Amino acid sequence: MNALLNPIRRLGALSINAIWRLGFISRFFVAILLNSGQSLLRFQLTIREVYFAGVLSLIIIIVSGLFVGMVLGLQGYNTLARFGSADALGALVALSLLRELGPVLAALLFASRSGSAMTAEIGLMKATEQLEAMSVMAVNPIARVVAPRFWAGVISMPILAALFNVMGIFGGYLVGVEMIGLDAGTFWSQMQNNVDLHYDVINGLIKSLFFGMAVTLIAVFEGYDATPTAAGVSSATTRTVVTSALVILALDFVLTAFMF
Amino acid sequence: MKRSTIDLWVGLFVAIGIAAMTFLSLKVANLTPQSGSETYTLTADFDNIGGLKVKAPVKSSGVVVGRVTHIELDTKRYVARATLTLDKQYQFSRDTSAEILTAGLLGEQYIGLVQGGDPDNLASGDRISLTSSAMVLEQLIGKFMTSFAEKGSQDAPAKTE
Amino acid sequence: MSSDSFIELKNVSFAYGDRPILQDISLTIPRGKLVAIMGGSGSGKTTLLRLISGQVLAQKGQVLVDGKDVGRMSSRDLYQHRRRMGMLFQFGALFTDLSVFDNVAFPIREHTRLPESMIRDLVLMKLNAVGLRGTEALMPAELSGGMARRIALARAIALDPQIMLYDEPFTGLDPISLGTIALLIKKLNDALGTSAVMVTHDVHKSLEIVDHVYFVAGGKIAAEGTPDEVRHSSSPWVQQFVQGEADGPVHFAYPAGNSLAEAFGIKGETA
Ligand SMILES: Nc1ncnc2c1ncn2[C@@H]1O[C@H](COP(=O)(O)OP(=O)(O)OP(=O)(O)O)[C@@H](O)[C@H]1O
Ligand SMILES: [Mg+2]
Repeated sequence: MNALLNPIRRLGALSINAIWRLGFISRFFVAILLNSGQSLLRFQLTIREVYFAGVLSLIIIIVSGLFVGMVLGLQGYNTLARFGSADALGALVALSLLRELGPVLAALLFASRSGSAMTAEIGLMKATEQLEAMSVMAVNPIARVVAPRFWAGVISMPILAALFNVMGIFGGYLVGVEMIGLDAGTFWSQMQNNVDLHYDVINGLIKSLFFGMAVTLIAVFEGYDATPTAAGVSSATTRTVVTSALVILALDFVLTAFMF
Repeated sequence: MKRSTIDLWVGLFVAIGIAAMTFLSLKVANLTPQSGSETYTLTADFDNIGGLKVKAPVKSSGVVVGRVTHIELDTKRYVARATLTLDKQYQFSRDTSAEILTAGLLGEQYIGLVQGGDPDNLASGDRISLTSSAMVLEQLIGKFMTSFAEKGSQDAPAKTE
Repeated sequence: MSSDSFIELKNVSFAYGDRPILQDISLTIPRGKLVAIMGGSGSGKTTLLRLISGQVLAQKGQVLVDGKDVGRMSSRDLYQHRRRMGMLFQFGALFTDLSVFDNVAFPIREHTRLPESMIRDLVLMKLNAVGLRGTEALMPAELSGGMARRIALARAIALDPQIMLYDEPFTGLDPISLGTIALLIKKLNDALGTSAVMVTHDVHKSLEIVDHVYFVAGGKIAAEGTPDEVRHSSSPWVQQFVQGEADGPVHFAYPAGNSLAEAFGIKGETA
C-alpha cells in the first residue's frame, strides 16, 4: 500500500516544491531589479560580465550559426527544388533563422555555455562562503554579484542572436549560391522581398531579449539557491541547462503565438 | 578606473552586434516604402480578394511599386476595399487597372497595376475603378465542373431515353 | 569587567533546526578589549560570532551591540553595524575571481570613494602589516593556506573597523607568522580601540594578548576569567584545555547517543 502511494506522494511533493521555487524565483527577480542601481552606476562591473557571458560565446555562436545556415540551405534547396521554387531559398533561410532558429538556438547555446558557467560560479562562491563574507562586509551580493551577471546576459543575448542570424544567412548563401549555383541576385532579392524589418527582424530580436532574461535569471537563481557542496553545485548546473531549455521552448511558443 | 583589454573586447563585441543588426535590417529585410521615401495611397474595390493579405506587394510590370496596407469590407456595397501605399516616384494614370494575381501556381497573391492611356494621373486618396478579382481555385474548378456536366447532359439523354 | 560593555549577549539560546547549539549564554565584551572564546570543536564558537555579525538570529535572548539588538535591527541598521565591523572567516573566504590586491581593496572600493592611488597605498600598508607585501598580483588559488588566511585578515582590517571578529586567526601559521599576527591583533586593539572577539585554539599565545577568556562547552559558558585567573584556575575544564589533555571533563567525541560497540551492533559484550 505504502509502495503504491509513494509515487503519488512523490509527485505531490515535487509539485509543491516546484511552486515554492517559482515563488522564490519571482521574489529573486524583483530583488535583482531593485538592486540593479549599482550595475548601472558602476557599469564596469557589468562590462566584465559581458566579457565572460558574451565575448567568450562568440566562437560557438559563429560556428554553430554557420553550420545551421548551411544545413538549412541544403535541406531547403532539396525541398524547394521539388516544387520548382528553388529561387525562394534566400527567403526560406532568412525567415526560418530570423523568426525561430536564430533566437532559439542562440539561447540554447548561451544557456549551456554561459548560463551553466554563471550557475557554477555563483554556486561555488556560495559554497566557499564568499557570498556570506560579502554580506558581512555590508555589500549586498545580489547587487554586487547577481545583478551585473543578469544584465550582462540580457545585453549579450540579442547581440549573439543577431550574429547567429547573420552567420546563418551567410551559411545559406554559401550553400545556395556558391555551392549549388543559384543566382546571387535572386537569392538576396527573394530574401528582401519576403523579410519585413519590423515583423521578422525586430520581433526575432525581441524574442531573444526575453530568452536572455529567462536564461540568465534561471542561471543566477540556480547558483544562488544551490546547496553549498560540490554535488549541490553540479546538480544546480545541470538544472540550469535543463530548465533553460524547457523554458526557452515554452516561451518561444507563447511569444510566437503573440507576435506572428 | 583604467582601461583594460576587457573593455576593448566588449567594445568589439557590441560593435559586431550593431553591425549584425544593421546588416539584418538593411540587407536582409526590405525597408517598406512608407518607412523610407515619400508615399501616397490609393484604394481599389474588388468583388473578391481571394488570399490577398496586408503587406502583399503591389507590382507594375513586375516591379514592386508599393504594398497593400489595409484591407476592409465595404458594408454598403459588400465589396473588399484594399488600400495601396505606393512610392511617390511611381505615378499612374486615371484609367489604370488593378488585378489580383498569383505568383506561380501556389505562390502568394499580389496586386498588379496596368497603366492606362489617360494623361491625368491618380492623386493620393483616389480610387482605381478598373479592377478584376482574384481567381479563386474552388470557383474555377466549380465552373469547369458545371460546364463539363452541362456538356455531359446534352449528350446523355439520347442514350438513356 | 562590566564597566562599559560594547557587545553583550544576554541569555542567548540558539539552535540549528531542532538541534540546540547554544543555551542561555551570557557574555560581555567591553569597549576596546580583546576577548578570546575557546572550546572544543563543534561547540558553537563560530556560531557565536555569526550571532554577533547578524548572520544568524538568536531564538531567545538578546545580542546587543552598542545597545542595539542585532536580532531586531532594520536592514539599514544591520548595514551600519556591519559597515564598522570586520570579520576573519574560519576558511578565509577570499574572492577567488579577484587578485590579492583587489581582495584587500574590495571593502575600500565598496564603501569609500577614495582615489585609486590612495587605495593602492592603503592596500600595500595592510599587506605589509600581515607580512605579505609583494603578493598583490597573485590569485587566491596561488596562495598557501596560511597565506590566504593572512590576506583575509588584511581584508578584514582594511577599513580599520571598530569591531573585529576573528575566527581562528592562528590556524595554519608557522610560529613566526603566528607571533607577528598575534602582535598585529594586539596592536590593532591598542591603537584603534577596536573591540574584538577571537575564537582560538592556541591557548598559550592567546593568553599572552587577550584581556578575558570564555570557555564554551555543551552550549554553555563553562568557565571564564582573565588570563592570570585561567593560568591558575583549579577548574578541571580549564586545566584540561590549558594542558591539552585527552581525558577529562571535555569529551573529544561528538555526543552520539550510543556507544561505538552499539553502533557496530555488538550487543552481547556490552550487556
Ligand atoms: N549551517 C549549519 N546548519 C546546521 N548545523 C550547523 C550549521 N553550522 C554549524 N552547525 C552545527 O553547529 C555546531 C557548532 O558549529 P560551529 O561552527 O559553531 O562550531 P565551532 O565551535 O566553530 O567548531 P570548530 O572549532 O570546529 O570551528 C556543530 O555541531 C555543527 O554541526
Ligand atoms: Mg568554527
